[in-house]
Amino acid sequence: MVERLDQLFVLLSHWLVSFLPAGLQQAGGILIGVVVIVCLYPALFAIAVLMERKGLGRMQNRYGPNRVGPYGILQPVADGIKSLTKEDIVPLSADSAVHFLAPLVVVVTSFMGFAVMPMGRNMVLVDLDAGLLFYFAMGASTELAVFMAGWSSRNKYSLLGAMRAVAQMISYEVPLLLSSLAVVMITGSLSLTKIVAAQNSYTGIFPHWYIFTPWGFAGFLMYAISTTAETNRSPFDLPEGESEIVAGYHTEYSGFKFALFFLGEYVAMFSISGLGTTLFLGGWSAPFSFLTWIPSWIWFFSKLMLSICVFIWLRGTLPRLRQDQLMNFAWKFVLPLSLLNLLVAAMWRFLGDGWERWVFCSAVLLVAYVVVGLQEMRSDHFGPRSYRYVE
Amino acid sequence: MSVISYILAAITVGGGLAAVLLKNMVHCALAVSLAFAGLALLFLDLDAQFAGFVQILVYVGAVAILVVFAILLTRSSETPKDGGVFSPTWLAGLVVAAAVFAVIGWAVLNSVGGLSYETAVPAVTVQQIGQELMGRYVLPLEIVALLLTVATIGAVIVAMHEKEDAK
Amino acid sequence: MLGEGILKGLAETARNFVGSYVSKERLTTVEYPEQKIAPVEATRDFPFLVYDGKDWDAGLRCVSCQICEKECPPKCIFIEKSKDKKPDATGKPQFYPARFDIDISVCMSCQICVEVCPFDAIKMDTEFELSTTDRFGGLLLDREQLAKSNEYYHQIHPTEAAAVDARLAAERAAAEAKAKAAAKAAAASSAANPAGGEA
Repeated sequence: MVERLDQLFVLLSHWLVSFLPAGLQQAGGILIGVVVIVCLYPALFAIAVLMERKGLGRMQNRYGPNRVGPYGILQPVADGIKSLTKEDIVPLSADSAVHFLAPLVVVVTSFMGFAVMPMGRNMVLVDLDAGLLFYFAMGASTELAVFMAGWSSRNKYSLLGAMRAVAQMISYEVPLLLSSLAVVMITGSLSLTKIVAAQNSYTGIFPHWYIFTPWGFAGFLMYAISTTAETNRSPFDLPEGESEIVAGYHTEYSGFKFALFFLGEYVAMFSISGLGTTLFLGGWSAPFSFLTWIPSWIWFFSKLMLSICVFIWLRGTLPRLRQDQLMNFAWKFVLPLSLLNLLVAAMWRFLGDGWERWVFCSAVLLVAYVVVGLQEMRSDHFGPRSYRYVE
Repeated sequence: MSVISYILAAITVGGGLAAVLLKNMVHCALAVSLAFAGLALLFLDLDAQFAGFVQILVYVGAVAILVVFAILLTRSSETPKDGGVFSPTWLAGLVVAAAVFAVIGWAVLNSVGGLSYETAVPAVTVQQIGQELMGRYVLPLEIVALLLTVATIGAVIVAMHEKEDAK
Repeated sequence: MLGEGILKGLAETARNFVGSYVSKERLTTVEYPEQKIAPVEATRDFPFLVYDGKDWDAGLRCVSCQICEKECPPKCIFIEKSKDKKPDATGKPQFYPARFDIDISVCMSCQICVEVCPFDAIKMDTEFELSTTDRFGGLLLDREQLAKSNEYYHQIHPTEAAAVDARLAAERAAAEAKAKAAAKAAAASSAANPAGGEA
């Protein structure tokens, strides 16, 4: 019974596909998977938008939206209707072909990432051998679409926002890849299903998730920072901060195209949180061995929504970072630490089992964090304030 | 060759042609990214997963961005004057391109030999690629890494000098 | 230590989040328009004309001196002086405004008209729900819409109104005392004069 519930969607898709002739069955299965993904994640997007507005409101000591529907749960419907019925304004001097294609490319590349994500036991759309590489390839294509959007609008602010966004995404791509590489190194495979399977074992009641190892914890923190920067979320949202640069690269988009950008950003957030869950938090495996009776897909989506809540929490807490501050942070702090993390993961592997490797790896990482952190906090270019008065 | 291979080849060649024939520079850059993507899909069609995805990651995700940044920072978006798309020495360019094509084509045709394309290619996993890179091809790997490091340091030095000159 | 501030901030926002469900007084907003925050006494929105007594037409303190019209910076007051005179609260015949319009789409609530009025006739109201669908005439308030009673003034600005009333009553008492003294002096001199005239 528990296995039936766990494999509910797999069994459902097999039953649906059995109506098709044998030649079309594989294509039919994949088509069903694609339809489910394309319908599910926008629904989750609506929930996430509502959670964000209510959550941010409560964190700022106010109610969120609570007029549309009881406790405001129909607010995303109202937002959707609004963005669909708004006039689609394209500037006269804008590059209309590229202007039209940019939101499409953003949404398409954001959705492609879900093709390799294991959302439950046996619930991955395409089990690629180089699944992680596919995911990062799709993430890299998003940057080009952001640039297309900013360029085609023929607007200073859009261009500036797009350049900043692309620079930020490129700088944080490297720590993102390096922190995931530590996981790949320990698992020995780029395939996401194998990575989850490697974390699915328990000692006693505790799981073997990678976040519970020193290098995994450091890697997870760096992965979290890099994902916040990759998806242009606070505190790294200078390219789209409303008070800074109007709306950055989506200034000139109105109506449904703006909604597509918004959708693309949130879907990218979902997919990158899903990847983080897969790499560090054990994917669809349960946190304690006595909880494995709860279906795997419930665990995956709970961890995903928890990551989204943490994103919202960070947004409500931190002020925005300036462009040079965030680039400094990427190249001078996160990148060296992620390289060191790679080394520590290798040491972990070769020190063999036992308590020594825990102590040694944690000590190395802590010392590095403190040293580099103190280096960054040193503000020798800021002396005490000096005042000059007009004579 | 299946229909899909022909379509992908058409996309790649179309992208390349558009990259040289379009007037707007940024359109050309985007067309060349389309050509890169078409090439990546051709790799995937030939079951070379690693090569295909790395092609997208590196070319579309980094080289294309580099090209558009270079266009942005060096010239504005205006289309060139009439007839300015083609250079006056186009005949020499055509001869050189034809010569290179002939050499490469001769090399490919001679190396394939008696193999027909229907023999099964063993599926190459990423692990095998990794083992080859770290075993048999470790010297080229390290030389490429050294080259990339030198390029990075050179870029930093060039950028730093500009800042000092501006002072 | 790097990262310490972030953790403190996260703890603060988490406390805010949880606290907003647990204790209602943490929330700083009210559900307008079902609940409204009572305005402070010194609130000022747009001007209104004060009238004493029951009849707004007869008790208007304004004597149409047009000082506020001249002093208003965006020139949003339009006054037309009347041709005849009417007795005011002390019985003295005064001019009155035949037309007193304020364009509240122009008014910037600077309170200069209140400061310069010598008769305490125009004061600042606290009414802000004045939006209308008629964008030309709906925001031009005429004399009748502007006239509000002295009791209303006491309601919205109690201390100010009490001070104004005290000052007006004192002035009236002083005027009355002066009139009585003048009458007594006149009576004394007229009583003295015939006696002096006879002698």
